[in-house]
Order: sequence, then C-alpha cells, then structure tokens
Amino acid sequence: MSQVPAQLRYSTTHEWVAQLVPGRYRVGITDHAQELLGDVVFVELPQTGQAVQAEAACGVIESVKAASDLYSPLSGEVVASNAELTDNPQWLNEDPYDKGWIFEIQADEKDFAQLLDAAAYQNSIGE
Amino acid sequence: MPYIPHDSAETAAMLEAIGVARLEDLFDEIPQALQSDVSALPEGCGEARLRREMEERAAEQAPLRCFAGAGAYAHHIPAIVWEIARRGEFYSAYTPYQAEASQGTLQLLYEFQSFMTRLTGMEISNASLYDGASALAEACLMALRLRPAAREILIPEGLLPHWRRVLDALLPMQGIRLRSLPQDPQSGRLLLPGEDFPEAAALILPQINRFGVLEEVDALAHWAESHNLLRIAVVNPLALALLKAPGDWGEQGADIVVGEGQPLGVPLAAGGPYFGFLTCRRDYVRQLPGRLVAKTVDAAGQVAYCLTLQAREQHIRRAGATSNICTNQGLLVTAATIHLATLGANGLRAAAARAHQQAQRLRALLARLPGVELPHAGPVFNEFVLRLPRPAPSVRDGLLAHGFLAGVPLIELNPADDPHDLLVACTELSEDEDLDGYASALAGVLGEA
Amino acid sequence: MEETIFACQHEGTPVELELAIPAHLLRDDLPLPNPSELEVLRHYTRLSQKNFSIDTNFYPLGSCTMKYNPRIAHEVATLPGFSRLHPATPAVAAQGLLRSLAELQGWLAELTGMAAVSLSPAAGAQGELAGVAMIRAYHQARGDTQRQRILIPQAAHGTNPASARMAGFAVTELPNLPNGDLDLDALRAALGPEVAGIMLTNPSTLGVFERQIQEVAALVHGAGALLYYDGANLNAILGRVKPGEMGFDVMHLNLHKTFATPHGGGGPGSGAVAAASRLAPYLPVPRVVGEAGSYRWESHAERPESIGQLSAYAGNIGVLLRAHAYVRRLGHTGLQRVSAYAALNANYLMHGLRRQGYTVAFAERRATHEFIISVQDLHKASAVRALDVAKRLLDFGIHAPTIYFPQLVPECLLIEPTETESKASLDRFLEVMAQIRREALEEPERLRNAPHDLPVRRVDETLAARRLQVAE
Repeated sequence: MSQVPAQLRYSTTHEWVAQLVPGRYRVGITDHAQELLGDVVFVELPQTGQAVQAEAACGVIESVKAASDLYSPLSGEVVASNAELTDNPQWLNEDPYDKGWIFEIQADEKDFAQLLDAAAYQNSIGE
Repeated sequence: MPYIPHDSAETAAMLEAIGVARLEDLFDEIPQALQSDVSALPEGCGEARLRREMEERAAEQAPLRCFAGAGAYAHHIPAIVWEIARRGEFYSAYTPYQAEASQGTLQLLYEFQSFMTRLTGMEISNASLYDGASALAEACLMALRLRPAAREILIPEGLLPHWRRVLDALLPMQGIRLRSLPQDPQSGRLLLPGEDFPEAAALILPQINRFGVLEEVDALAHWAESHNLLRIAVVNPLALALLKAPGDWGEQGADIVVGEGQPLGVPLAAGGPYFGFLTCRRDYVRQLPGRLVAKTVDAAGQVAYCLTLQAREQHIRRAGATSNICTNQGLLVTAATIHLATLGANGLRAAAARAHQQAQRLRALLARLPGVELPHAGPVFNEFVLRLPRPAPSVRDGLLAHGFLAGVPLIELNPADDPHDLLVACTELSEDEDLDGYASALAGVLGEA
Repeated sequence: MEETIFACQHEGTPVELELAIPAHLLRDDLPLPNPSELEVLRHYTRLSQKNFSIDTNFYPLGSCTMKYNPRIAHEVATLPGFSRLHPATPAVAAQGLLRSLAELQGWLAELTGMAAVSLSPAAGAQGELAGVAMIRAYHQARGDTQRQRILIPQAAHGTNPASARMAGFAVTELPNLPNGDLDLDALRAALGPEVAGIMLTNPSTLGVFERQIQEVAALVHGAGALLYYDGANLNAILGRVKPGEMGFDVMHLNLHKTFATPHGGGGPGSGAVAAASRLAPYLPVPRVVGEAGSYRWESHAERPESIGQLSAYAGNIGVLLRAHAYVRRLGHTGLQRVSAYAALNANYLMHGLRRQGYTVAFAERRATHEFIISVQDLHKASAVRALDVAKRLLDFGIHAPTIYFPQLVPECLLIEPTETESKASLDRFLEVMAQIRREALEEPERLRNAPHDLPVRRVDETLAARRLQVAE
C-alpha cells in the first residue's frame, strides 16, 4: 500500500502537487507511480522558463523496463527544476515526496484547487 | 524428413496426449476456405544433391581479381575470424535479452563498442545497424531529434550515390528535406558553402568521398560548427587506422559517426550481410538507435554485462522508439570484433597503409597509359577515379575476360556522372603482379578499340 | 571472469608507414591492443562458452522461432563463388547467384500467395517499414493523401508501431477480445477515410489463429484501407495458409525465423517483402528480373513507382542463399511438415503444462506454434514473478521463454518449442517446469535468486543503466 500524504494535491496521471505559496507549486510523482515504474534510471527535466500545459508531457522518466512521459498537472511556467535528480534518479524511488521533487511551476490558484485531494487520488488508484 | 525428429509412435503418443486424432486436426480453427497447399514448389532433395547444385551455380561466378570498391572492399580475412564466429554458441544464439545466458555475446559486444569508440574518437557506440547507408539514415533522424526545430540535412555530392538513394527512400517520409552541396570538379572536394542554412540540422561529412578523395575535414567541420550545424561523419573503419578520428575534427569534433563495417572481416557476399556502425557523444545516448551493452555487476558483485537503455527501443517504447530496428547484424559484429583483435593496432595500420600504397602505385601505372587521365587533384586513400578514353562499362566488361573486376563505372552509380570515369580500389590483397597485370590488360583492352 | 581483450598489452612490432597523405589528415595514435593470435582464439572461444545457443540448449523463445539452423545451408551460402562476389560485379558474371535469388523470389511468392517479392529488406522491421511505405505510396499515387493513420492491435510486436511511425504515420491501437480475436466493433469504429491500413499478425501474438480474418479483410478493404501481414508467426501456417488468400495486400517474411537461417546473437536477419499485384509496383528495389541466362538486378529508373532502395546493395544475400537452400532441401512436403510439427510440439507442451496446474491463456483455443501461460497465481501465492521462473529455467540449461510479452496477459511466458525439438526434449522441459512450480510454492527464494549455476548470478540492470559504462 503506497503512501498518499494528506496535505498534497494529485493528478490522475500520478503527479503530486504541493503549494509553496499561492501561485507557486512544487511537482513530483507519487509513491504509487514509482512502484509502477520500478527502478528509475533517468529523468529528463522540464526546462526553467518553459511554458507547459496541464496534462501535456513535459519530461520523461525512464526505468529499466519502461519509459513514461512526465505530465504537468497544471498550466503555467516552469520556474525551477531539481537538477540533482540527473545524478540521483534513485531519489524518485527512495523519497518521491521530498528529495525526489521534480519541478516548480507558476500557475493559477484556481487550477490548483481543481486537483484531486488525497482521498480522491487514493480512490482513483484503488487503494 | 529433414530436421524433424519425431517417429510415428512419438507422434501418435503426442496426439493422444493433446486429444486429437490427426496432425491436421491441430489446424481445425482455421476456416476451410483458407487451407491451401504449395505443391507448385519443388520436391525436396538430399544434402548431397543440394550441395552439388549449388556448387555448380557458385562455379558460374569465375574468380576475378577485385579492384572494385565504392563502399565494399576485397580485404583479407584471417582464418581465425570465421573459425570462431561460426561456433554454434555465437552462430545459433538469439539476441542477448537473457543476460545471464548470454555473457559471451554481451562481453563481445561491449568490446566491439570499445573498439568503435576508440577508432572513431567518440564516447558511445551502439551494437550495430543493418549497413552503412541505413546507419547514415538513422544518424540523420537522430540529428533531427536533437534539433527538433530543423527540417533539413545537408548532403555533399561526395556521398556515395547508392547511400544517397537510401536517404531519399527513408527520410522524406518523415517530412525531412535533403539539400545537396556541390563538389569542386577539379579537386574532387566539397566546396565550402557561401550561404546559411537556417533550417538545417546537420552536415554530412564523408571522409573519404565517393571519388576516393580525402576532404579537408577540419575546415569543413569548423564551417559547420560556426553555422551551428551538427556534424555527421561518414568513415571507412579501416582507413581510420591512419586517418584523423572524427572525434578530433575541427574544434569540437563530430557529433555522430557512421560507417560501413564490411572492411572489418566481412566477406563481400554480393552486398550483404554487412553491418553499419554508429558512434556519438555521450550527451546524445538517449537518442541512439539500436542496441547498447553496458558493463555492470551481478548479485554476487562480479563483473557482468547486459543490454541497457532498452526504454529507447521498439519493444518497450513502441511508436515512440528512437528506431524500429530490432534484429541487427550481430554475427557480422562478432566477426568484426575478432578481426579487429586479430589484426590489432599494428595489423590494422599495416593493412591500411598497404592498401594506400598499392593504390598510389596502380594510379601512377595506369595514368601512364595513352588517353587515360586522373580527373581529380586531391589526395586519395585506397581508391581513385580514372578517366578512360572509352566508356567505362565496356572497358570494365572487356577486362572481365582477363580475370579482373577493374572497378565500378561511376555512371552505374550515378547516371549524371561522366561515362568515361571508373572508380578503382586497392586493398592489401592487391599484389604487385596484380597491378602490373591490370595495367597490361587495360592497355590491351584500350588498344583493341 | 574473463578480462576484456584490451587487457592484452603487447606493443607488437611497430609499422613503418610511407604515406602520400597530408599529415594534418592523419591521426597521432591508435589506442587498440595487439594480442597474439592464440590469445584472441582462447579469449573468444571462452566467451562463446558462456552463451546459450540452439546448438547447445533448448530455446523455447516465443515469437522468435529458434529452430535448428541446418549447416548445409551455411556451407552452400559461403561457397567462394558466392562469398567473394563484389556487389558491383556485372550481371553477366553473377548468373548462378541471380538465378538462385530469382528462384527464391518465386518460391516465396508461391508460399505467401502474393504476386511479387523483393528480397532486399535486411530484417523483419525493415520489411515492415517497406510494407507500410508501400501502403503510403499506393494511397498517394491515387491522390488519397488524407490517409495518415495505421491501425495496430495492442498485442502487436513493438516493431509494428515503430515502423509505422518511421513511415510517417500516426498509430491507433485496437483492443483484442477476451477470446484472443480482434474486437471487430472497435475496428469498425476506428476505420475511416484517414486510415491507410492495418498491421496484423496471424496467428496473432496471443498464440491463436484470428478466425475472423476474412471479415476483417472485408471491413478494411471496404473502408479503402489495406492490410499488412507481419510474417513473424508464419512458421505456424507454413505451406497451409497463404496470407495473400487471407486478404492481405503486403507482408514481410522473417527468413531468420521461418526459414531457419541463424540468429547469430542478434542478426543478421532478412525481411523479404511480398505484395499483391496492386501493391507490387511499389516494392523496394532492386529485384532480380530476367530469365535463365540473362538475370539481372533491376534499376530504380525502370520501376519509378518503387519506394526506393532501403540499403546500399540488394539485401542480406548470404541469408537469402541459406533460405534458398532450406526450401530446396525440404521441398513442399517438408515445408508443410514444419507447421504440422511446430503445432504438435506447442499443443503438446500446452496440454502438459495445463495438467501440471499452470494457467494457460486462451485455454479453450487451439495453440498454434506457440502459446502463453500466466504465473499470476504463483505471484499471488508467493510473490514469484514470470522473470523468476525464466531465470530458474536457465539453471536447467533451458533458455527462458519470452516474458512480459504480449503485455495483455499478466506475468506471462510465451512458449514456442519449434518443430525441430524432440519429444524427449519436450518431456524434460515439462519435468523441469513441474519442479519449478513446486519450488515456487515451497521455496520461492530459490527462484527469486536464480540463476545459481551460470557464469554469472542475476545481473544488475539498474546499475548498468545508471552507471552507463558502455565502452573502455
């Protein structure tokens, strides 16, 4: 049974979103997602300054046996990415909600409010 | 019945275990209307009969002293090479997906990748593609993935025409434009373009070009760097025993290097199977097409090898893969790796130097014949163009009777070329008496006119 | 562990070079080893001994048709009259070769029920690319340029969608029904004026014959689209069912599977393409044309509708000569026996494994030349996975079946024994599978830590990808 922290919001494509300040959000993949992927060996990060659309691919996460697109849960502008993941892709497996954060985005508060809460996400993954 | 071991008692026992009466019942789900036969095919024959038939057909190809090249060369292959490559453990193994059962093939491929990165001066090599021409097409697709805004590839007319035709077949389907850059007819070398190509991703740089002439690769690579173009080098791997490695071209080196592996222990075999190789910078590894082997450890911590970054490939990424390639040219790479090891650094340099020296000698011999000219002034490696006083195809045909395959008429590769031009290649197999014999036979054939 | 060849550090005898090449075009050093010939011989012989191969092991690798590679085929294909022939040799000096290839073209046309064959594609995936490119060319020649989409079943080989993309198509995946057949309602819904064609394997990758194929063909043709046949599973129906008569328009053959040419540790293959008459003009060049005594390679200029040339020369000739020898040796009755005994061996194993308690996918269906089992029950009982079963088989000297393909069946193994395996060999496989099943339930660690008796233990693929040491 994977962890779904109560204070975060979620997308159906298995990203978590944390509000840093209203309008600025941190994004990663959920514990459930990393379990599905298996050992992550590579992360292609979105570029700082890149404009991204909600539900559109903005990066790639690669494990030994799979490659999955990383989807942005919100529309907006990427304002930071976790460059340390490039050398430490295993953080996505070991610590997906903290050291394994992937990028930060400037986005609309109203869109954030539309995301799934922990209970709804837990429900969506059948746990 | 050939290669099927079952006797009638075994077949009967197996049918009973399955619960059917006859072999034909195993096909009872197939609609009757679709069941057919192939009695128009010949009856089978025994091994002795087959061998006799094929020996007769093989004998129809009389032995010729081979001076033809244009991308495929008659090199010596040490006896040890195919003695080992033909071992059943290499010959009849599958792709090494089960690493623990394939350490032999995997370590050999890792060694192949190491040979190719060292020869080309690059960091990453895949484990082979179909042939040199299709490897070049893959390199172009790779360049466009690295430069997604670009639409165009710059292709010198010095690229072999049959390679160019492969690009013409494979690239426009994906909306890629091919733009030709002219050669200087006097030197036989690529002219530095005076214009910009804002939509181009890469410049292809064949060293050696299709006239056998060596290009000024540093200047060309430098021009491409200053125009923000990727450099795709096309090389002969044996020539790289002597020539500057593409990793050292210009200020920054080539980005991708491809070539035809046939000169490394692969029989001519009328055009295949050969193998293509592709090496590149480390930064580009996730855009690499084809298989890749890595060194790692096993559960006990000992050195082991396995296929890696398979998420690039079609069996995982499907429509999003870097290429559709699955089966590559593993057995030819096995031979090439053993060939490279057997010759070693010194043997490769000696073979390359001998091919070059014999080409110099033959070129001088033939240029003395009346009416024969050398149209290009640039330096050559082991191959050169001869301009004959008569159309090259008929001269080539005339020399067949003297036991020589005299070369490749350029007009047979490219209808726009001068019909009098013949591309002539030497290798370390070209002995002095062959050169003299060629010169006197050519003199005779030209004199017959 | 065997060191790499780069551990051989002899200087060797340096070479004196006299070169008429400007110095700035030359390299300074060549960082390669100089091993002795005996060192090379021992090194690569020892490496070969670390491999499984058909010559040494049973190899029931689904979808790969790992049958015996007759050595006579190798012998005749490498006769000097063929192997030393330069590709630019004029046709007049290559009649024996060209005649053999012309025969092979004709035989493959007869076997597939197609009008014409081009032998040039270097492997199955290149044959697929040729086929979908021909479909593109056909529609374009008719001015039907809106057909930009190819339909492919979800269970298809990964090369199918990848090849369609290389030919510039978009891909739509179609579902299969629980009984393994294609979902015709989904097909009807997907067909339309933008669909260029469909790529199918029959028998499908699920190991069953697609019984509705004639209806599929009628639907697809009715919508103006074409059918591509992936020949990967042709061994199942060789000499019995012709793709051309099933309604397919174009196909490739895997000569390195069905026609017993060796896999060589990953190649070379040969992916000859065959086409019905309306697609024949688009076949890749060159084909052998002409008649006895005057065979030659055709040029692109005499068949300008062709999709063109896919490799520098005419394909993997050495592989084609092996396939030619195989057809000649077996003849039409021998070829029909291939599919009969391939089906016999597969159905025998399927029934044997079912009796042991293994879950067979599509158990109510007849197996073709291959079938699927799922070890989902073992996974639930003791967390053993298909991967663990595969690795444990290696300890018994049996190569693992294909695992996790097709992806529709969880924890699956795709098993293809081929016709050249004896009943004794199949019975041993059944015994070993029974033991593995017991171990999975009683001592699952034994499977999870397998293999135990190979040159290496389980290989760390994660470290390989993270460290990425791919040359030295």
